[in-house]
Amino acid sequence: MRFIVRRLAFYLLAFWVSITLNFLLPRFMPGDPVTRMFAQAANKMQPHQIEQLRQLFGLDERPIWQQYLSYVHNIFTGQMGVSISRFPTPVAEVIGSQIGWTLLLGGTALVIAVVIGNLLGILAAWRRGGVLDSVFPPILVFVGSFPYFWLAMAALYLFGVVLGWFPIRHAFDAGMTPELSWTFIASIATHLFLPALTIVLVSIGGWMLGMRNTMIATTAEDYILMAEAKGLTNNRIMFRYAARNAMLPSVTAFGMSFGFIVGGALLTEVVFAYPGVGYQLLAAVQGLDYPLMQGIFLTITAAVLVANFLVDIVYVRLDPRVRVS
Amino acid sequence: MSVTNPSETVAQATPDAPAVVPASDRRPRRGLLRGILGNRKAAFGAAVLLLFGVVALAAPLLAPGNPSLITAIASQPPSLEHLLGTTAKGQDVLALTMHGARTSLLVGFVVGAAATLVGLLVGVASAYFGRVIDDLLSLVTNVFLLIPGLPLLVILAAFLPPGIGTVVVVLIITGWAGSARVLRSQALSIRSKDFVAAAVVTGEHPLRIMFREILPNMASIVMSTFLACVIFGIGAQAGLEFLGLGDASVVSWGTNLYWASNDGALFTGAWWAFAPSGLCIALVAFALAMVNYAVDEVTNPRLRTTKKGRTRA
Amino acid sequence: MSTTPILEVTNLRVEYHGDNRQVVAVNDVSFSIGEGEIFGLAGESGCGKSTVANAIMRLLKDPAEVTHGQIRFKGRDLLALRGEELRRFRWKEIAMIFQSAMNSLNPVMTIGSQMVDIFTTHEGLSVKQARSRSAELLRLVSIDPVRLDSYPHQLSGGMRQRAVIAMALALEPSLLIMDEPTTALDVVVQQEIMAQISDLQRQLGFSVLFITHDMSLMVELSHRMAVMHSGRLVEMADAELMFASPLHPYTLSLMNAFPPLTGPRIRLTGLSDSVRAADGSSGSCSFHVSCPPDRANCSGNIPDLREVEPGRFVAEHPRPSIEGTAA
Repeated sequence: MRFIVRRLAFYLLAFWVSITLNFLLPRFMPGDPVTRMFAQAANKMQPHQIEQLRQLFGLDERPIWQQYLSYVHNIFTGQMGVSISRFPTPVAEVIGSQIGWTLLLGGTALVIAVVIGNLLGILAAWRRGGVLDSVFPPILVFVGSFPYFWLAMAALYLFGVVLGWFPIRHAFDAGMTPELSWTFIASIATHLFLPALTIVLVSIGGWMLGMRNTMIATTAEDYILMAEAKGLTNNRIMFRYAARNAMLPSVTAFGMSFGFIVGGALLTEVVFAYPGVGYQLLAAVQGLDYPLMQGIFLTITAAVLVANFLVDIVYVRLDPRVRVS
Repeated sequence: MSVTNPSETVAQATPDAPAVVPASDRRPRRGLLRGILGNRKAAFGAAVLLLFGVVALAAPLLAPGNPSLITAIASQPPSLEHLLGTTAKGQDVLALTMHGARTSLLVGFVVGAAATLVGLLVGVASAYFGRVIDDLLSLVTNVFLLIPGLPLLVILAAFLPPGIGTVVVVLIITGWAGSARVLRSQALSIRSKDFVAAAVVTGEHPLRIMFREILPNMASIVMSTFLACVIFGIGAQAGLEFLGLGDASVVSWGTNLYWASNDGALFTGAWWAFAPSGLCIALVAFALAMVNYAVDEVTNPRLRTTKKGRTRA
Repeated sequence: MSTTPILEVTNLRVEYHGDNRQVVAVNDVSFSIGEGEIFGLAGESGCGKSTVANAIMRLLKDPAEVTHGQIRFKGRDLLALRGEELRRFRWKEIAMIFQSAMNSLNPVMTIGSQMVDIFTTHEGLSVKQARSRSAELLRLVSIDPVRLDSYPHQLSGGMRQRAVIAMALALEPSLLIMDEPTTALDVVVQQEIMAQISDLQRQLGFSVLFITHDMSLMVELSHRMAVMHSGRLVEMADAELMFASPLHPYTLSLMNAFPPLTGPRIRLTGLSDSVRAADGSSGSCSFHVSCPPDRANCSGNIPDLREVEPGRFVAEHPRPSIEGTAA
């Protein structure tokens, strides 16, 4: 229990750091990006919205600490300002409408990569020197060396443009209205396939290699030797004794990988024009839409922290040694 | 962003266990070097890196002039005149790729070195001083590890003035924490060894202990971390530039890809405009990973595959 | 205790293949263990005794390999067992207790489920039946059966070792190999464990191969003992006899490594060489312990065992009939 509480406190701290970072950046950055932004935006906005943005970025006259407190308060009540590139929609609404797609893309890719990658790793370690162990890792590492977005582009080109097997943009066919029907779900699936595939291909090597190395270290442990001496079946040893222990670092890594997966998902969305927050982020950067950029940053950070916390809870279930407080 | 792998994170995730278990020989460097050169993976990796290095250095000779100048008809497929074709604007792709190597590799190595250095300082100081300083530094490290990298990169790069300097700085800020964690782990395990306790007791100066006792025993893992950081540097740099947050006027692999994407190379079927730069990034990253793999195998004999396979006595 | 041997090790040779060299860990070792006999194998770290145990259990892994010799158990050729046959043989006839109980237990499984594993795998029992058998086993080693649901890290060091002993006896094996069973424990617990083992052996009548570097411990328990050095046996005899009058200088040095609690203060003599000149080849003497003054016969290698009296074996060269030559 204490473990969980400590982790929670840690995540809250990290979130606080992010908020503070967001607060301080526009105020202390060289080159005064904010004035630039205002010059661009001012003619498009209503007076009260300009005022809100001023407050958001500290261009009003209040003392800093007061600005800080109201900023923090705003964040926790979900007010992240008004988007400039999608004026006049509030940032929270813009993000809310798109984040589902990112979660779908990232979540699907992550689960597939983790499950398959770890299984491959277990098998590769169990049969040292076999095909799986010597051929796959270098190939997967090579594939994983490509930047996410490049593989996305290659996949897009090959399967989308040249072969025409898969659609090349958006989350579902144009003209369809979201509803709970098989055709709609099928449409989502075909649009999801390529982007998810690229993320899986890039990250699976890491999972396989990581699990393989951990398994190798685990199989050198004495309790594995004893399990063999006891005459247990190979399968039982591999899964219940070796993998069950080897997966503990994997679970931790799973939590830590959320940050990377999110990055990958963002870049992949840009290439596929997939309507998630990544695609939005690019538009925000190009449009100098600072409120939106900051809002996306905070939202993603919050999502990653929550995911990590859930993983911690799972970890406590898996490793009895942690439960001792 | 691609090759900061979960394999690194898995290794880091084992609580307080070193990622690589060296036998702490006092002859690490000689054995290591010989081991690496004899290893096929490492030889391949080193050869690739050398090739790229040479090309990067010789680029002004091999492709004289400014590669960004428009010199040819746009969107030409590879031909004898333009070995890799031309971009949608009419620039020679081969020249762009070769010149791109200079910036990409330079930034990659600088970021790699700097991130490793910062990580090393933080990690060793954390392990050596322990208690409050360790708690504090660990907390900072963990927070940085937790906050998702790309969004943080984007935020930082967006608020800083555009340019290569910004790219380097933000990459170091997002990249140091990974190495700090691994190096701290390793330093801790060395710190707990008796010869360090002996040094402390005989009154050796802390700086001297850190640099002459602890650090030399970490040589192989520092190298491993450095290679991983370089991979991160090259890949993340490309990612940033692809999003338009780098310096678009500089020629690098990432900006090549940015322009290729912007100019719709994919949809006009001009694959030659985006393939080379991406392949280069992958090859360099792969070569670095191979050398890293080899370093792991040389220092951790269990990871080696024996010639006979799985015979058991 | 009968004299029918249940384990016969003949001319066993185990080599480790390195990158450029071979290390001979066990060099032409022969001994046998009778039914109900406790046989002790002593020697310092690295002498090859654990390798012998692992060879018998068929647990040797790359780069170790049995290159010569035979191991017969109740007449069966152990080295010929493979695959499923080997798996079924394991634990039923020969069981092993490893050095550190903490490390030999799966940290994420309860003690109970690790014991149940044995029964469900080998005897096809249901989980419920297996659990009640496991509870009996725990009672045998004086552990409350409620501990079936504990994890290894929740037990004390002595309890863990007793649990491991219980697991080893689950299928009532004829031979129990114990590799340094008490080295990781403090002296008080050591005594408890040794007493427990002694009781169980008397009760159930199994043979024991007891491996340790602590000779004083071994003498109390064993019927016969052998001393090993650099992969070779240097002396083998009845335990009490060997302890009272060791014939080989190395045996004497090993015994002297544990100074007595009482008696006159004497200068300690140490074992001054390092265990191996590593590649097992001749050339440098792998046995530098204080040699007898007349070293005319010294060949630099450890000779084969010679039976100097019925049942007493010493590694020495055939002596020419000259008086006064120290052993």
